[in-house]
Amino acid sequence: MGILTLKFRNFKIIYRRYAGLYFCICVDVTDNNLAYLEAIHNFVEVLNEYFHNVCELDLVFNFYKVYTVVDEMFLAGEIRETSQTKVLKQLLMLQALE
Amino acid sequence: MPAVSKGDGMRGLAVFISDIRNCKSKEAEIKRINKELANIRSKFKGDKALDGYSKKKYVCKLLFIFLLGHDIDFGHMEAVNLLSSNRYTEKQIGYLFISVLVNSNSELIRLINNAIKNDLASRNPTFMGLALHCIANVGSREMAEAFAGEIPKILVAGDTMDSVKQSAALCLLRLYRTSPDLVPMGDWTSRVVHLLNDQHLGVVTAATSLITTLAQKNPEEFKTSVSLAVSRLSRIVTSASTDLQDYTYYFVPAPWLSVKLLRLLQCYPPPDPAVRGRLTECLETILNKAQEPPKSKKVQHSNAKNAVLFEAISLIIHHDSEPNLLVRACNQLGQFLQHRETNLRYLALESMCTLASSEFSHEAVKTHIETVINALKTERDVSVRQRAVDLLYAMCDRSNAQQIVAEMLNYLETADYSIREEIVLKVAILAEKYAVDYTWYVDTILNLIRIAGDYVSEEVWYRVIQIVINRDDVQGYAAKTVFEALQAPACHENLVKVGGYILGEFGNLIAGDPRSSPLIQFNLLHSKFHLCSVPTRALLLSTYIKFVNLFPEIKTTIQDVLRSDSQLKNADVELQQRAVEYLRLSTIASTDILATVLEEMPPFPERESSILAKLKKKKGPGTVTDLEEIKKERSSDMNGSAEPASVNASAVSTPSPSADLLGLGAAPLTNSAPPPASSGSLLVDVFSDSASAVAPLAPGSDDNFARFVCKNNGVLFENQLLQIGLKSEFRQNLGRMFIFYGNKTSTQFLNFTPTVICSDDLHLLIAFLNYTSCLNLQTKPVDPTVDGGAQVQQVVNIECVSDFMEAPILNIQFRYGGTFQNLSVKLPITLNKFFQPTEMSSQDFFQRWKQLSNPKQEVQNIFKAKHPMDAEITKAKIIGFGSALLEEVDPNPANFVGAGIIHTKTTQIGCLLRLEPNLQAQMYRLTLRTSKEAVSQRLCELLSEQF
Repeated sequence: MGILTLKFRNFKIIYRRYAGLYFCICVDVTDNNLAYLEAIHNFVEVLNEYFHNVCELDLVFNFYKVYTVVDEMFLAGEIRETSQTKVLKQLLMLQALE
Repeated sequence: MPAVSKGDGMRGLAVFISDIRNCKSKEAEIKRINKELANIRSKFKGDKALDGYSKKKYVCKLLFIFLLGHDIDFGHMEAVNLLSSNRYTEKQIGYLFISVLVNSNSELIRLINNAIKNDLASRNPTFMGLALHCIANVGSREMAEAFAGEIPKILVAGDTMDSVKQSAALCLLRLYRTSPDLVPMGDWTSRVVHLLNDQHLGVVTAATSLITTLAQKNPEEFKTSVSLAVSRLSRIVTSASTDLQDYTYYFVPAPWLSVKLLRLLQCYPPPDPAVRGRLTECLETILNKAQEPPKSKKVQHSNAKNAVLFEAISLIIHHDSEPNLLVRACNQLGQFLQHRETNLRYLALESMCTLASSEFSHEAVKTHIETVINALKTERDVSVRQRAVDLLYAMCDRSNAQQIVAEMLNYLETADYSIREEIVLKVAILAEKYAVDYTWYVDTILNLIRIAGDYVSEEVWYRVIQIVINRDDVQGYAAKTVFEALQAPACHENLVKVGGYILGEFGNLIAGDPRSSPLIQFNLLHSKFHLCSVPTRALLLSTYIKFVNLFPEIKTTIQDVLRSDSQLKNADVELQQRAVEYLRLSTIASTDILATVLEEMPPFPERESSILAKLKKKKGPGTVTDLEEIKKERSSDMNGSAEPASVNASAVSTPSPSADLLGLGAAPLTNSAPPPASSGSLLVDVFSDSASAVAPLAPGSDDNFARFVCKNNGVLFENQLLQIGLKSEFRQNLGRMFIFYGNKTSTQFLNFTPTVICSDDLHLLIAFLNYTSCLNLQTKPVDPTVDGGAQVQQVVNIECVSDFMEAPILNIQFRYGGTFQNLSVKLPITLNKFFQPTEMSSQDFFQRWKQLSNPKQEVQNIFKAKHPMDAEITKAKIIGFGSALLEEVDPNPANFVGAGIIHTKTTQIGCLLRLEPNLQAQMYRLTLRTSKEAVSQRLCELLSEQF
């Protein structure tokens, strides 16, 4: 996409900037740009809710939890779950196990 | 909702991360890391057994160090130990470490797989989820071997939790992608399809991805998913914005699932009428919603809505069957072309590129030409301008080629350096493809060189020379134009090359004008000589020696130049050698020898445009190629109605003056057995030399003819007197055939007159270029006398105007001794000669295959094998037949599939073929699908004879 995609080998990178952080997602060239652009935002909204006003430090200190969030929402290179309510419910359930 | 506090649970980790962040230099960081590694190592090696918490903490630290970019060579065992912990947090860190840092240490893999196995069997959804995510993230072959059988069971079991189902579906997808052979289809497939009906939209989302991937390879197994996907989609798009609650994103109901369902539908052709009606409604609803005022001003709302819209348009383009939807899609994109969001303008340009290749929307796309040209001039982002160039290229046809080429040339003057070469290639291709008169083509290319000489690659200027040499109607104009262009005080070196080459060949055509006399031409070129690079100078030296032959009056001037020290003693070996040899040649050779050595270049063999090849290469496989091919195929459909209606026209209906003599049309040649005439009947009329009748076909010529269907060279006919050999080459709709007539006797043939008779001259244009030897004697007919033992050659230029059935007849009449000989053979110019092979993926192949499902487009023949059934020979024959042989496309490896495009002057016809051998029965089934029944029919006949 003009400003939000980059060509990368045989893939494209769709990215979105939040303050100083870039969230990037690498997809096939034929994949739907806008759907993945919004998937990034959906993910960021979940992080924001989970970490309560997420900032970069949350992601650094809790990097291992970020992986859990990613796995809930994206798996095997596909979108797994898009409902923020469901993802957060699951994350809180896991949180309770700690 | 409780927030996660920073580094809760693992204080040591938080401290370590803080330390790292506080390091002032790279060295300090490395020092801190080494200290930590030493600490962790000693803990792991210490006598005291570590508790789960400490193990988790240290493994997590190692992972962090690895993510900072340092190598980690220990700790794997401790991570594997964590997998068998009963505490979620410890297990999670263990799995994470394995997923990120897995190595193929076989000892560990066994342990890991064992832990995964236990977790999968644990019936604890959290642990099952962790195990499945680990498999999905690693996806190794070992894991596929261990779990590919198990996961489908988990996926379809009735008591599996929804979240586990989601993970299992995607886990299976990953294993199928990495090791498809280890994931056998089975009973579970039909149950997976029914997951599309699941109440839980998250399960549907995951299942749709899985089904889409599986359906691409196994379309038959999953075709029931079409109707389920349509009804699911229909429920989503017609739902009120609150119905789907969790799955509504900024007032858009389940946008990602909608996109996935629309993608799944793109694996299939348009569905049956009942389902189709419902799908059309869905697509119309999506298009209607695009026109409604937005429910939110947030960009998330419009992005999500447009994501679905663009995917719907992709599906409409994929089906390419509903003109109404295609035109609506085009209008919608037209609105986006002027949208204030750059992203939307970009996407609209990109989508329109594919719309331009549909026959239904090509015209609608063309109406936006002004907007697109404007985008080229005003867009600020280079990638958007690039898409505008692509779209102009895609929408170009004969009607707008001049305007588009002119605009591209304009843009080239200011274009970004990064895309100049590509634009140059595109302009060169369009100029050639749509040149109505070749003077325009020559002007365009010279303009290209003037504007962007540095970006004009060799392919481009080679091509202009090939075209000028092959078309004598443009040679004089080209010579005059390059001569004028060379007058500019500073001209690009590429122009000097083109100018040097063309004047060397055709300078004589303008030498009559005193303003471009030989000496002036020479001085003009030589004035550029010293500024040029070595290769160009070498080329100019060849031009000079060509001038010696063309213009004897300036021979001494040229010899003086060649003789000068700067040439004869040039430090460059190539230049020196040329100067020495050319000087010597001009001194000792007689005029005749010079004329022979330096004669005009013979026409170049027609082949795929080297520029097109270069553009394909530049764009990478599968991008330009596809578009280009699709466009060719589509454009053929577009012109379909303008073609001559009768494809079967025989001689009876043609106005050819020779036709009525022949009565060939009355006896269709294709299936006629060799005529009953004995060989003696070749002697038709002993008393008259006048060619009053054409002999019936020589016996056995049908067999020979069949052999030439898949090859181009060889002996076509032979008897005691005469041998006829062929060499031919074809490219797109053009061909050239060299016919060699060998006199096998020791006696002269007199009045030797070969004639080609085209029973179907509406469809095939054949022009004789009569050559008697390699000496270029232009249009002299074949020498009527063929000496004993001699061979004469004749060139036939062929143009396929539209598809045709009958092969032309070569009739030869001559006197041998006292007898008049008259014989006819079929010339192997068959429709398949105008094939251009097309490579395509399995998915593309079957998509197109299904698009051609109209019974009239398919012709099938089941026949007995006439030759031993050898796969390699079969492959060679399919390739020889002219289509591409597509490997790994047919699910059954014993079958052969091919694809190609038949080029005729008026249209191009996409052809798909499939040959299914049955070794037991020694039979074949051959299926041809093209957009034209007659073409399918003819190709099937021709190819069936080959096996």
